[in-house]
Amino acid sequence: MLLPLSWLKDYVDVDVTAEELQKKLFGCGFEVEELINIGKDIGGVVVGEVVECEPVEGTHLHVCKVDCGSHGVKQICCGADNVAKGIKAPVALVGATVYATGKDHVTVEGVMTIKKGKLRGIESEGMLCSGVEIGVNGDMFEGGDYCGLLLLPDGFENGADVKPLLGLDDYVFDIGVTANRPDCQSIVGMAREVAAVLGKPMREPDCSYTAKAKGEKVSVSVIAPDICPRYIAHYVKDVTPAPSPMWIRKRLALCGLRSINNLVDITNFVLLEMGQPMHAFDCAKLDGREIVVRRANAGEEIVTLDGKSFKLTPDNLVICDGNKPCALAGIMGGENSEITDATRELLFESAKFARDSVRKTSRALGQHSDSSAMFEKGISEYTTERAMARALHLIEELNCGTVTDVHVDIKTEYSHDGAKVMTVSLNKINKLLGIEVPHDEAIDILKRLNFGVEDGGDNLTLHVPPYREDIDGYADIAEELIREYGYDRVTGTFMPSALITNGGYSEAQKAENRLKDNLVSLGLYEISTYSFYSEKDLDMLHFPEDAPERSFIRIKNPIGEDLSVMRTTLAPSMVSTIVRNLRRGNAEGRLFEIAKTYIAKSLPLTELPEEKNVLCIGTFGGGDTFLDIKGVLENVADSLNIKLDYAVAQRPYLHPGICAEISCEGEVLGYAGRLDPLICEELTIEKKVFIAELSYDALMSHAKPFKYVPLSKFPEVQRDLALVADLNITCGQIESEIYSACKYVTGVKLFDIYIGKQLGDGKKSMAFTVNFTPKDEAFTPERIDGFVKKILGNLKHKLNIELR
Amino acid sequence: MQEKIEQLKKKIAEAIKEVHSSDSLFQIKMKYLGKSGEVSELMKGMRDVPKDKRPEVGMIINALKVWAEDQFGKLDKNIKAKELKKQYAAEAIDVTLPGNTSKRGAYHPNTLVRRELISIFAGMGFTVFEGPEIENEYYNFTALNTPADHPARDMQDTFYITDDLLLRTQTSAGQIRVMETQKPPIKILSPGKVYRSDDDATHSPMFSQMEGLVVDRGITLCDLKGMLDEFARKIFGDGVKTRLRPSYFPFTEPSVEVDVSCFECGGKGCRLCKGTGWIEVLGAGMVNRHVLEGCGVDPEEYSGFAFGMGIERIAMLKYGVNNMKLLFEGDTRFLKQFKS
Repeated sequence: MLLPLSWLKDYVDVDVTAEELQKKLFGCGFEVEELINIGKDIGGVVVGEVVECEPVEGTHLHVCKVDCGSHGVKQICCGADNVAKGIKAPVALVGATVYATGKDHVTVEGVMTIKKGKLRGIESEGMLCSGVEIGVNGDMFEGGDYCGLLLLPDGFENGADVKPLLGLDDYVFDIGVTANRPDCQSIVGMAREVAAVLGKPMREPDCSYTAKAKGEKVSVSVIAPDICPRYIAHYVKDVTPAPSPMWIRKRLALCGLRSINNLVDITNFVLLEMGQPMHAFDCAKLDGREIVVRRANAGEEIVTLDGKSFKLTPDNLVICDGNKPCALAGIMGGENSEITDATRELLFESAKFARDSVRKTSRALGQHSDSSAMFEKGISEYTTERAMARALHLIEELNCGTVTDVHVDIKTEYSHDGAKVMTVSLNKINKLLGIEVPHDEAIDILKRLNFGVEDGGDNLTLHVPPYREDIDGYADIAEELIREYGYDRVTGTFMPSALITNGGYSEAQKAENRLKDNLVSLGLYEISTYSFYSEKDLDMLHFPEDAPERSFIRIKNPIGEDLSVMRTTLAPSMVSTIVRNLRRGNAEGRLFEIAKTYIAKSLPLTELPEEKNVLCIGTFGGGDTFLDIKGVLENVADSLNIKLDYAVAQRPYLHPGICAEISCEGEVLGYAGRLDPLICEELTIEKKVFIAELSYDALMSHAKPFKYVPLSKFPEVQRDLALVADLNITCGQIESEIYSACKYVTGVKLFDIYIGKQLGDGKKSMAFTVNFTPKDEAFTPERIDGFVKKILGNLKHKLNIELR
Repeated sequence: MQEKIEQLKKKIAEAIKEVHSSDSLFQIKMKYLGKSGEVSELMKGMRDVPKDKRPEVGMIINALKVWAEDQFGKLDKNIKAKELKKQYAAEAIDVTLPGNTSKRGAYHPNTLVRRELISIFAGMGFTVFEGPEIENEYYNFTALNTPADHPARDMQDTFYITDDLLLRTQTSAGQIRVMETQKPPIKILSPGKVYRSDDDATHSPMFSQMEGLVVDRGITLCDLKGMLDEFARKIFGDGVKTRLRPSYFPFTEPSVEVDVSCFECGGKGCRLCKGTGWIEVLGAGMVNRHVLEGCGVDPEEYSGFAFGMGIERIAMLKYGVNNMKLLFEGDTRFLKQFKS
């Protein structure tokens, strides 16, 4: 929220600098996000009186003698149309800084320093300024918008610095107010905090008024009290719409609002000052002099002040007259009852609307306003009452209407005035804080914060200020005390009262760390990609329409379509990362990611889905082949003390001839293979890309601790077998056949593969080293021959394999 | 005979001069000292020496033999030393050639920070708990003292799946799951991914948080401060201080924002700390009693504190990364720098 220092000073005597106040506010929980110095770009500009003014022939210029008081009389050349002898205007002396404007004399194009110079050969020692040139607009000073000279009152002393005279020495604090303190979203709310932190008295705004006339009755009924707990209306007659006085316009301008007219400005002024959104209806336009607060009928329509039209539902609260909706409650008034120059009688509204109701309507309709923002944060009914009185006071002060005795205040059964009494133990508070806030100091702090305090020794009975709806228990009081007493008095201790606990990773977390250690040592870089992507990412990888991976969990309100579904496979994210790398000229890499996929048990989702961890590996360029990525997997398997089985398989995005299904103990874990060259072409990938995607959870579930096996007393025996097989026979088939033919086989390792003419068409030669490990007695050569014979027999019989 | 011996000695001395390799040394050794070498032949010539002279001549021959062996021995040493020198020279390599290693990869910066954080807090007795990323409104908001109409729900833009299910916006959701199933003393860390619909240079719709929770008897705000001091020193370096300032989170009361003194400039003010000398690193507070009650923990008996920090934020501060997007792009030029 924006807090102008000049406005704040209406209620508190601020005797510290803006910077000091900023620090104090920071310490008690209000971060000043920006300290805006209104006239920071302007300097060296003084009041000057034109004492001579002669036209320069053949130009629009005048050469003037300007009395700048103690700065002397300056000769200044001026092109403004309203320059004349006898006027007073701001003079930028030589060396002054002012805004440079464009050809339109309105657009600020930067800051310039005034130099001594010549215009058409005539010496000029300075510049007579317009409002724009010194950062003053019509709401800050009368005539500020005029593109000629800013005319200053005769009362301004020649040579005086214009900044304090024009309000250019003011500051505006842009304060971040936390969500628990909606009461501080106003000038008065912040003034209370400033008064407390400076230990100064607070001057509440004048809310007095007199009902000077009788008025014709207005009837008000609240039909939706659950979302409108309180509604106050007051009738004002003989109103005279006119421009607001300068002091109102200036305050609105400092907070970024444009002045409309006195009546509308009063509602905006009260919103800023008190934090209560108000509305003013043109009472003559209310059918039946009636207000009905109700839910909209389905299909009912309203056109708001900004000309937008909305079709409503019963979720929307509306303020109606005898016939039709006249305002979207808490958000914006309707065009049909708008205040205009012709308005002669008005009805003020000050009400409390439920914050979630305002929020829902505001979001559903996409219609936001300062008023809706305030209601969403929450207001207290204390403020609702005070704001109405303040608005009526302003009507009197501005002398723009007659306050009548027609005052309707509907307190529904949902209304509460915010009065709260609680008893807290200082001892308990100190125990929560860990330090002792001295008893008298605690009472002083609470009194400064407007708590009524009955001192019962340790127990304090507190009358909570009615606008402090956030105060709920002793912990809140603890916070009030410590933020005023000072967080810098909190000294570190190390849980002296806590029991010792045994910290650290779980076994599963340790295993994940080890797996990552292993992958990193194998040259893989760990990546982290978004958990959501687009359905199109599955199209990119040629997943068919009916692929189970398309059973997505969808985000209702995604940032965009490209981040709209929770991923069911990591492969698209990996491929996208590889494509990004290649486009950026990174020629090779090995990547991995361990992350979740989100699998719905049924759609639409009715319960928490399964979040399954997946390990995805991708390699690109660098001469890597399928066997390199498989080598990584085998290394991983070795570290987990498991054996992975590979079988020829198909996967939508993998090369039909280079794709393996990976399983362990009969459970399929995933796939590995080369990215389909067709996809590569579509993505203009020129390198070979290999992808493996495995269920991490399943993989880890097979992991086994190593088990020590006593060393065999008998020597291991190795035999090499050179075999000739049909081309379509896989290494895996041969290996498993050799293992199953003889229980003493403890190792089978391919060491050569050869395809050549002498083998005949469709044949290949594969050479294996087979290890035989004896158990109870050493093997005789004859016994080994027997094993080999059995192995060869099985290979011949089952796979048509011959010894070479 | 003696003359013969003298001649042979001279001959050997001459021959030795010509020897420059182990091979020729061996040959010469054989020629003179071998079984049928010239010295042995001399011995055979003893028959022709008168008997009384034999011991004397024998001694002289023996002396010749000892002398020759000694000479050959010395020569052998010399030659071997020379040859070794040659071998060394021949085998010398350029030790600055690149080593034959397989290239090492690298951990994602988040993993590095996460591990460092966990090891700091594990030493203080924290265990690690990981909750689900798709959560009920109850765990993400309601149980954290953030009912439906609470303005704090607007503090974070939430991705919804259904009216009730959402992508968790904070790892605090894990707090509740732990307190529902464990009795105090509780000291847990809950790291993981969280989601908010924000997307710019300093915000990412997905990021990671690390939440910590302590519940036990007599836990105070001073305990929170003491633990954070320790954390700040360990992660950012000795001499780094913490500062608490009031803030607001629905699930803690009092709530604080925690700043650390700038580890770049030591608090004097620099670009990193935007001239303030302090850097905001996390949010924390004393666990709100409504939260404790909701989880079946008696707030009259127990108190606790909670803290939560963004892992990416810590990583960016620690490593000087200025754009959060880099963490999720997987660019190998970025990744390969995080050696460990």
